[in-house]
Amino acid sequence: MPGSTRAFATSEAFERAAASRLGRRPRRLLAAFTTVGGAAGLLLTLAFFTIAGLADVIAPIDPFASVGRPLSPPSRLHVLGTDDLGRDLLAGVVHGTRTSLLVALSATLLASTIGVVVGSLAGYRPGTVDDLLMRATELVLVIPRFFLAVVVIALFGAGSDRMILVLGLTSWPVIARVVRAQTLSLAGRDFVDAARALGAPEARVLIRHVLPNAVPAAFVVISLNAASVILLEAGLGFLGLGDPRMMSWGYLANNAQRFLRVAWWMALFPGSAIALAVLGLNLLGDAVNDFLDPQARRTPEA
Amino acid sequence: MSPRYLLRRVAQVVPAVGGIVLLAFIVIHTAPGDPVLALAGEHGDAAYYAFMRQKFGLDRSLPEQLLAYASRLLHGDLGVSYVHGRPVVDVVSERLPATLLLTTTALALSSAGGLALGVLAARRADRTADFVVRTGALLGYATPSFWLAQIAAITLALGTGLFPVQGFTDARRQLAGGRYVLDVLHHLVLPALVLAAGELALTTRLTRAGVLEGLATDYARTARAKGLPDRAVVRHALRNAMLPLVTVIGGRVGMIVTGAVLVETVFAWPGLGQLMLSSIQTRDVPVLLGMFLLVSVAVIIVNLLTDLAYAWLDPRVRYE
Repeated sequence: MPGSTRAFATSEAFERAAASRLGRRPRRLLAAFTTVGGAAGLLLTLAFFTIAGLADVIAPIDPFASVGRPLSPPSRLHVLGTDDLGRDLLAGVVHGTRTSLLVALSATLLASTIGVVVGSLAGYRPGTVDDLLMRATELVLVIPRFFLAVVVIALFGAGSDRMILVLGLTSWPVIARVVRAQTLSLAGRDFVDAARALGAPEARVLIRHVLPNAVPAAFVVISLNAASVILLEAGLGFLGLGDPRMMSWGYLANNAQRFLRVAWWMALFPGSAIALAVLGLNLLGDAVNDFLDPQARRTPEA
Repeated sequence: MSPRYLLRRVAQVVPAVGGIVLLAFIVIHTAPGDPVLALAGEHGDAAYYAFMRQKFGLDRSLPEQLLAYASRLLHGDLGVSYVHGRPVVDVVSERLPATLLLTTTALALSSAGGLALGVLAARRADRTADFVVRTGALLGYATPSFWLAQIAAITLALGTGLFPVQGFTDARRQLAGGRYVLDVLHHLVLPALVLAAGELALTTRLTRAGVLEGLATDYARTARAKGLPDRAVVRHALRNAMLPLVTVIGGRVGMIVTGAVLVETVFAWPGLGQLMLSSIQTRDVPVLLGMFLLVSVAVIIVNLLTDLAYAWLDPRVRYE
């Protein structure tokens, strides 16, 4: 049918135009990282990803192997010192980065997927669907994540997989709420109405026009969530609930507890790594948030 | 606050508590091994397991079991700690006062300090003091509580000797009356300061943002225009900024208790943290499950109270 073909062509053209207009967003978003805080956040986060990726190159020593004199302070041989079993602390911190980021990223990916699906459906389907999903969100929001994780690990045994599942399945409500608010405010905008009027299917409108615009705001809560998962994972490891097969920052801090009096380096370095990684993600989220702030947006566009 | 709002908000507690009970039930029943192990611990004998099976109806259908479990919980029966050989409720409530003392002290410190620093930063926005406060808040927010506790123990306790490293009281001295209270307070200083640091960061940031927002409003401009001194204008702005602050702090109960548990572990503070650590080491699941349920209910109730307080303070809040 020529009519529908034409409408489709127009719709396609419109969507392309809209997409290119949106396409400028990511580039403008880069401006968020030109501030001191934004740049520091980006650098810190990239640095930790690099350390995790190149762990075997940076610290080619097995983090569980005894390689030096026990409890020796930082020296040229062992830059961050050794622990009570003569294990190299630098290798521990470097390989621990891998575990922390693995858990934080996997749990956050799971939480983001649920959060985006729940949030966009709730925002796009006001009424019963929205009500039901938001009630469910409130129920999950009150779950004390740390205490649930302790119970689950005590019952199911320690392991990164269950830590990821518990933290991922309980961390989505905040993301869902932000995505819902964004979807609600975007769903009534002219360009969305236009796409719908031009005959784009609902799913397409949601995925191509609404969600891409909700991403920056969602990114803020997603990066903050990754930071909180790193803290929770470290806390669980500190109580001895980490995966015993993987080196982790929490495990190192737990081990340091017995040697506070004699080996300050065992406590200082793993904790600094946690603080810097969390700081990086928080700065990253803050930078995007400042960028999205209405006051920042009010500045005239070039 | 309308009675309608009050009723509907209070009624929301029911599904919330129900959801937590259901979650605990699902976790117990999906765990590997016999669910009786989760309820009775690992070292019971056959007769005890049979008793617990019957008590929790483990020989009946799953829906019946859920009802039996929920009814037990509603009657305050959280099971028995097999390590302590006493009801979980008793074991946990013995540890509660120490944790409550620590968390309330920390919250008082962080709220007072956060308000003061937040106002200072807002009044000196984009100046040196603001920069210092904001950077400090960012660092405080990123620092894991147990690590700050360890560093404080190394530097302030072991390093200067001004504070005790661990414990609730000095075990070498038998003190009574005022001296006992002073001794406890002396032991409380470091754990409370460390726990307050993380919350202080958040309170400071929220206060600063709220006051800045308030200072940009029309009423603040009017107040300035009619010649009110700066202090008075800030006070107006602060009052409006405090409402959301109450909600956020109320919503952080779970995180605060989590922080307390970790800080207690470092300083051997005899609260829930110590109990959790020992229960993890002995795999005393009934106690861990009981702590999860109690903290969940505490979170739900505090959320309810803060919402009601908010609605009472701000008449604009209506249900839908």
